[in-house]
Amino acid sequence: MSDSVTLTELQLDALTELVNLGVSSAATNLSELVREEVVLSVPKAVVVTREQAIANLREHDAKRLVGIHQDFEGDIRGRALLIFPEARSMELIRALVGVELSLDDIIELEQEALAETGNVLLNGCLSTMANSLQRNLKISLPEVIHGEGSDFFRHHSAAHETVLFIYINFLVKQRDIQGFLAMILDLPSLVMLQKLLDAYIERSTGQSAAANDVE
Amino acid sequence: MTYTVLIVDDSKLARMSVAKVLSTLHPDWKRIEAANATEALQQARDLSPQIVLVDFNMPGQDGVTLAAELRALDPGVSVAVVSANRQVEVIKRTQAAGATFLPKPVTESALADFLSSAMARQKADSR
Repeated sequence: MSDSVTLTELQLDALTELVNLGVSSAATNLSELVREEVVLSVPKAVVVTREQAIANLREHDAKRLVGIHQDFEGDIRGRALLIFPEARSMELIRALVGVELSLDDIIELEQEALAETGNVLLNGCLSTMANSLQRNLKISLPEVIHGEGSDFFRHHSAAHETVLFIYINFLVKQRDIQGFLAMILDLPSLVMLQKLLDAYIERSTGQSAAANDVE
Repeated sequence: MTYTVLIVDDSKLARMSVAKVLSTLHPDWKRIEAANATEALQQARDLSPQIVLVDFNMPGQDGVTLAAELRALDPGVSVAVVSANRQVEVIKRTQAAGATFLPKPVTESALADFLSSAMARQKADSR
């Protein structure tokens, strides 16, 4: 990744913490929707190339995946995705709408329920990030896609894209629904993100990010 | 009286950020830090902090379990569990462990409230 940007340990820490804040608050909203506790794992963020991101997904899960994505624009632009194995999506819908519905009804509601879940989690994450970084992000409506790993990381903008991969499992009570969050950013956005993270670190700690790295 | 406050969070940034708010409120207090439950219990045994702020979502043991263990170790300790996860279950478990729930990110006023009630409790206990 010679033409890419490497985040410092503290920048990654700050980013992970922002994602943690966003997902935790989104989980609170999601638990109100499903009326069950939503248990979260500790998130882990890594910056990888698009190819590595596809390989990561292949390694971790079933071939058929379902993803919900939302594009964002502003000082940082890119795409946020929530991805989980397609086999579990029915479970998620049952959790959302209740078991008393017929299979036909559930199938009919699938797209809507997935979009809503994605909307809650992704918006929670993106809005927490935007507010903490003190930037405004315009967030598009959610779109649901079914496919393989490579289908999720095709994005409209130029090459040299970097994928910020955030591993987080969320478990809805007994229904083991495991999901990943990912964010696709182009190089200029990643450079901007670094600057914004440094400013956020400075505001949060009262010390400059550079001084903190030396420690 | 000067207190010792233990800040437990796997994120260094989160620890620094709580430390910053704490130093604004009580610059003379001693601040110690731990990145996980094991470290926190060790620090608690060695340095006997009167007040502990614990992150909820950490690798290994979660913050509520740690809060209960810290209280078992020293029933006089005041513990707050800090999280952006404001689910009813988490808040209930926190209270059952004898700890206070503080929403994350921790604001100066929320921390000040918790610290004054912790100080009041400690004073009452020491009588």
